[in-house]
Amino acid sequence: MTETTITTDAVTTTSTDGAGDAPVRILEHPGASVPLAFTQDELGWLPWLEPADEATLTERQYAGLVDRSRVKSDYFRLLVRDPDILRARTLTDKDIFYNAADGLGRAERELAAAATSRFNGCIFCASVHARFATHHSKRHDDVQRLLDLGVGAEQDALWRAVVDAAVALAATPSRLESEHLEALRDAGLDEQAVSDVIHSAAFFNWANRLMLSLGEPEEPRTGEAGG
Amino acid sequence: MTDIIDRLAGVRPGGSVDALRRHRPATRDNAQASYDALFTDPDERHASLAERASVAQFVAILHDDEVAATHYGALTRSAGGDALADAVADAATAARTEGPYGEYPADGPLAAESVPGPRLTLDDAARAVLGERLAAALGHAHLLVFRPRESSAVALATLADAGWSTDGIVTLSQLVSFLAFQLRVAAGLRLLTTKDAA
Repeated sequence: MTETTITTDAVTTTSTDGAGDAPVRILEHPGASVPLAFTQDELGWLPWLEPADEATLTERQYAGLVDRSRVKSDYFRLLVRDPDILRARTLTDKDIFYNAADGLGRAERELAAAATSRFNGCIFCASVHARFATHHSKRHDDVQRLLDLGVGAEQDALWRAVVDAAVALAATPSRLESEHLEALRDAGLDEQAVSDVIHSAAFFNWANRLMLSLGEPEEPRTGEAGG
Repeated sequence: MTDIIDRLAGVRPGGSVDALRRHRPATRDNAQASYDALFTDPDERHASLAERASVAQFVAILHDDEVAATHYGALTRSAGGDALADAVADAATAARTEGPYGEYPADGPLAAESVPGPRLTLDDAARAVLGERLAAALGHAHLLVFRPRESSAVALATLADAGWSTDGIVTLSQLVSFLAFQLRVAAGLRLLTTKDAA
């Protein structure tokens, strides 16, 4: 059975199931300004389900957040309803993107994330990682071209190879072929860096689906959910 | 303990792909920890192992990954029985297509990139075996696999109406999304492994 109520900033639909769980409150945000185009601007993110209550978080849930400051993010406080997978996801994410002593450069890891997000249609994820790609590469216009014109937009040889590999891997079923990996090697990447492209691109198929499935982006406001 | 991505990708111990993976131990260990959190002795209050395995089997088949489909299919058989695994396999095989596709808002600048495509349909016989909760979960998995940009609050309400709790929906979302990662790492590493053997 469902019942809809309108509060100050969200329409809440409550579903009562037969299993004795607390009713599911679906949060809609009819007043939100949802971005319709890809952007490097900072966006907000609005959850469609209730984040966990900060006052009742367990130590296991804090462990799931990894960084205690993430308790202020609606996104992470929603995901912390299942803390063990959140913790493992977050540690996977951090190593794939920030462990850059060797292998693929930071800019190209972010490019793979941005290209995947552009192709899958995650405006929020693309905004964060396009901005990071610009920060690390200082190539704002090349990144913006990816957002404006799409994954086929002109890029130099290395970025072409990274974008093409990420897009091929994002297809379901994957269309990644040995030729994509050869193009990465031809553009100067070693085997660890090729593996890093695979991991960076693959990870954003996870991140995109989490962000897209549980809430929606909102036009610029302060704070960042991460991704 | 066997590493699941090594198994799915056919990584040879001591080979070059094994070395690449062991050079990134935090990634390797936490990809495994992710799998363990979802499938190895999980908290079943909000999503049973049979439900998790069924969704994973379904997603693996949608990705055309025979090795993973066999792995997760076996998990469905042990946790939920042969009839369930067969029903999931039939539903997934009939639902295979190519993604990502989906609509962008018709009044926005991305409308020209909208690509129509199929939704999951399940017949009454399949629904009878799967039950309402799992039928809704497979519908949601199909949405997230093929047209993630069409995700919506309404889709979550559909899950809630089928009996999924808030925590259960979060777990289901993580599970489908994690598999989108795991299956792609395996697919990519298989190509590197092929080079390893050449």
